[in-house]
Amino acid sequence: MGDVILKVEGITKTFPGVTALDDVSFDIRSGEVHALVGENGAGKSTLMKVLAGLHKPDAGEIIYQGAPTQVAGPLDARRKGILLIHQELSLSPELSVAENIYLGAWPTNRFGVLKKRELRRHAASALDALGCGFGPDTRVGTLSVAMQQMVEIARAEAFNANVVIFDEPTASLTDTEKDQLFQTIRGLKARGVGIVYISHKMNEIFDITDRITVLRDGQVQGTVDTAETDLNQVTRMMIGRTLDTYFIRAKAEFGAEVLRVEGLSKAGVFRDVGFSVREGEVLGLYGLVGAGRSEVVETVFGVRKADSGKLYWKGGEIALPSPRQSIDMGMALVPESRKEQGLVLMMGGRENTSLPHLGLFSSVSIMNRPKELAVFEKYRSALSIKTTGPDQAVSQLSGGNQQKFVLAKWLCADPKLIILDEPTRGIDVGSKSAIHELIADLAQKGLAVIVISSEMPEVLGVSHRVLAMSEGAIVAEFEGDAMTEENLIDAVSHHRDDAAA
Amino acid sequence: MSHATDIRAGSPLQSVLGWLLRNHIWVFLALTIIVFSWASPYFLTVNNIGNILTQGAFIGILAIGMTMVMINGEIDLSVGAVLALASALAIGLQDHMGVWPAVFLGLMSGAALGFLNGTLVALSGMHSFIVTLGGLIGIRGLVFVYSGENALMVPDFSYTEIPEVYLGPISLTAMIFFALALFFQWVLSSTRHGRETYAVGDNIEAAHDAGINVKRHKIINFTICSTLAAVCGILLSMRLGTAEPNAGRIWELWTIIAVVLGGTRLQGGFGSMWMTIGGVLTLAVLRNGLRLLNTPNYVELMVMGAVLVLALVLDKVLNHKGYT
Repeated sequence: MGDVILKVEGITKTFPGVTALDDVSFDIRSGEVHALVGENGAGKSTLMKVLAGLHKPDAGEIIYQGAPTQVAGPLDARRKGILLIHQELSLSPELSVAENIYLGAWPTNRFGVLKKRELRRHAASALDALGCGFGPDTRVGTLSVAMQQMVEIARAEAFNANVVIFDEPTASLTDTEKDQLFQTIRGLKARGVGIVYISHKMNEIFDITDRITVLRDGQVQGTVDTAETDLNQVTRMMIGRTLDTYFIRAKAEFGAEVLRVEGLSKAGVFRDVGFSVREGEVLGLYGLVGAGRSEVVETVFGVRKADSGKLYWKGGEIALPSPRQSIDMGMALVPESRKEQGLVLMMGGRENTSLPHLGLFSSVSIMNRPKELAVFEKYRSALSIKTTGPDQAVSQLSGGNQQKFVLAKWLCADPKLIILDEPTRGIDVGSKSAIHELIADLAQKGLAVIVISSEMPEVLGVSHRVLAMSEGAIVAEFEGDAMTEENLIDAVSHHRDDAAA
Repeated sequence: MSHATDIRAGSPLQSVLGWLLRNHIWVFLALTIIVFSWASPYFLTVNNIGNILTQGAFIGILAIGMTMVMINGEIDLSVGAVLALASALAIGLQDHMGVWPAVFLGLMSGAALGFLNGTLVALSGMHSFIVTLGGLIGIRGLVFVYSGENALMVPDFSYTEIPEVYLGPISLTAMIFFALALFFQWVLSSTRHGRETYAVGDNIEAAHDAGINVKRHKIINFTICSTLAAVCGILLSMRLGTAEPNAGRIWELWTIIAVVLGGTRLQGGFGSMWMTIGGVLTLAVLRNGLRLLNTPNYVELMVMGAVLVLALVLDKVLNHKGYT
C-alpha cells in the first residue's frame, strides 16, 4: 500500500432538515481498495458526491496529492484524476463509446469542430488497456449493463485517474461479470490507483478490499484493516445504536390464516417466494433496496404479473388477482412512494380518503357528502391527523400526516389484510411512533399486517415474525429471540456463501 | 438494454439497410411519390417538383431549427409568430432605412427572441412548452401592434425579385433550405456543440455530471431555431411582397409534424437533419399530391392526420425491434 493520495478532513454537509455528513475524515492510499459501508442513509453517497464535485461541503477540507484542493464540479474532479462510477450508469445511450468516455471533454479545434480521429484513437487505447471486447464506435445503447460499466471504467484510463470511486458496482451484474469487474479493479490497484468501494454486500467487501471505513448517521465509526476484522465487528459498527425508539408490539394472539403464498416466481425479479400470514399477526419483510420486497407484495396485490405461483386466501386457492379483485376481497396495499402512488396531492383529505371506495359513498354515482365527511372526521380523530379541515390540500401537510391519510383511505374499506411498504420513510419521529402504535392496534383488532421496511429496528420492533429477503429470494425467517439485527444482516449479506457451500 | 449487435456495423448492404431502418421516412417518401405519380399525370413533372421543393422549403427551414431544439430535449412553439414578426419588420422598416438594414433587423429580432426563449427555459427551469407557448401568443400580439392589424406592403417591388434565382427547377428558397440542412447536419455530427446537444437530450443527468454546460447548449439551440424562423419569415416576405400579421399561423404545428414524421424523438437525444429533410419532403409531397387530385380541404386534413399517426405507429414498431 502506498502513500495517501486523497484525504478528507472534517467534512460536514447538511440538507434542509438532515445532517448528511458530520465532521467526516478519512483517507485513501494509492494501490488500495478502501470499502465504505453503512446502512441506507448513513451518508456514503453524499460523501462520494462531495469527492466527485457534485456536492459542495459546508465545512471541511479535501487534501489531494498533499495540497488542499477545491473540486469545482464533476468535470474538474475528472480532470484532477478523481472519477466516480455511478450506480445508475451515467452514460448517453445514443452516443458512441468514444464520445461517452470523453463526455464533456471532447477534443476540438479552435472553432469547436470535433477532432473525431483523435477522440477515436484515445478511446481505443483506453479500451485496449482494459481489454474490452468492443470498439470505440459502438453505440452505448447496444451494450449490456456490464459493458456499459466498462465504458465508465475506461474513463479512469482516459483521464489517468488516481482515485476511482465505485458506487454499488455489482448491483446489476451476473457472477461472471462480477469476477471480470474484480479483475479490472485489481488491475487498477496494481497500477497504484486508489479505489473507494461502496457496497452492501459483505462477502464482496471481504473479498476485494484492504481497509473498511464504517459510516453511521453521517459520522465515521472507525476504519479497520480488512485482514484484521470480521463480519461481526463491522456489523456491530454499522448498527451500534441504542434502541432509543420505543416500539409497541401487538399481543401474539393469532387467528386463522388469511393469506398464503407458495412458489411465487418472476424471472429476474424474485423466485420461489412462499410465506403466510394469520389474523392478528404482524409479518415483517426485511431486505435491502432492490431485494425484491416491493415487487413481491405488488405481485400478490395484482399490480404486477408473476410467471408462476399459488395464492390461498382464507384457506382457498385463488387465481392471481387484479388490484380491483384484491381490494374487493379485503386486501389493502399502502405503497412506498405515497406521492406517486398513494395520494392525489391537490385534493383534500376528505376526497383522498374516499377515493378508492367511491362506491361506498355514493348512490347512483352521486356522492353522499355527509357520509364522506363523517368518515373523514372518524379517521382524523382516530389517527390524530393534523389538518385544518376536510378540504385542505394534502400537499400542504407534513409527511407523517400525509401517510396517515394514505392509511385512512385503505382502512375505511375495512380490509382483512393490510400491506405497508416502508410506512415510515421520510416522516418525523413523532408520526413514526403514531404509525407503529396504529400497526399494533390493527393487529389487535384481528387484521393481518405485512410490514416492509429497510429500517431494522422498526421491522424487528413491530413484527411477530420477520422474513429476510435478498436478491429476489426469502433467505431466512426469524421468530422470538432469534429476531436480532445481527441475524438479519448476516442473513441478507451472507446467503450467497451459504448457497455455494 | 439489449445485447443486439450494432446494425450500422458490417457489410455495406447491412449498413444501407441499417440507415434505411433508422431513416424509414425515406421509404415512406418513395412510396408516396410512387402513389401520386400513378394517380396524377401532373405530379411527376419538373415544374411540379420545383413547386414542391419551394413550398416545402418554408416549413423545412423552420424544421431545421426545431430539430436542433428537439434533439436537445425541448420544443419551440413560437416559430410561427417569430416568422411573422421578422417578415413585418423586414418590410415595415424598409421605408425608414432601406432594404438590407431592414432585413438585417428582421433577422436580429429572431435571434434576440430565441436568446430570450432559451434563457428563460434554461434559467427558470420552466418547461419550454409553456415558455414558448407564451412566446407564441405574446409575439403574435406584438406583430399586430406593430402592423396595426393590416398587411404591410413592400414599397419597392424589386424586393420580390431577390429570390427569383433558379438552378433548373430549384428556387433560391429551396437551395437555402438544403444548404442550411446540410450545414446543420454537419454541426450536429461534427461539432462539439452538436454532439453535446444529443448528450443533453439523451441523458441530461449524465451530461450534467460530465460537466457539460447544459444551459448554454439550450440557449444556443433556441437562438438558432428562432433565427431560422426569421430567415423563413424574410424569404416569405420576399415571395409575397407583403407581410400579413397572420403569416405563419399554426406553422409551428406543421413544423413539429414534419420533424416527428422524420423520426426525431420528441423526448430528445435522437434524430438528424436527414430524417427532417425526409419528413419535410413527405409532408410537402402529401399536401401537393392531394391538391393535384382536387381533394377537398377537410379530406386533406383527415388524410394528413391519419398519415401522421400511421408514421408514428410505424416508428414505435421499429423502435421495439430494438434498433434504438
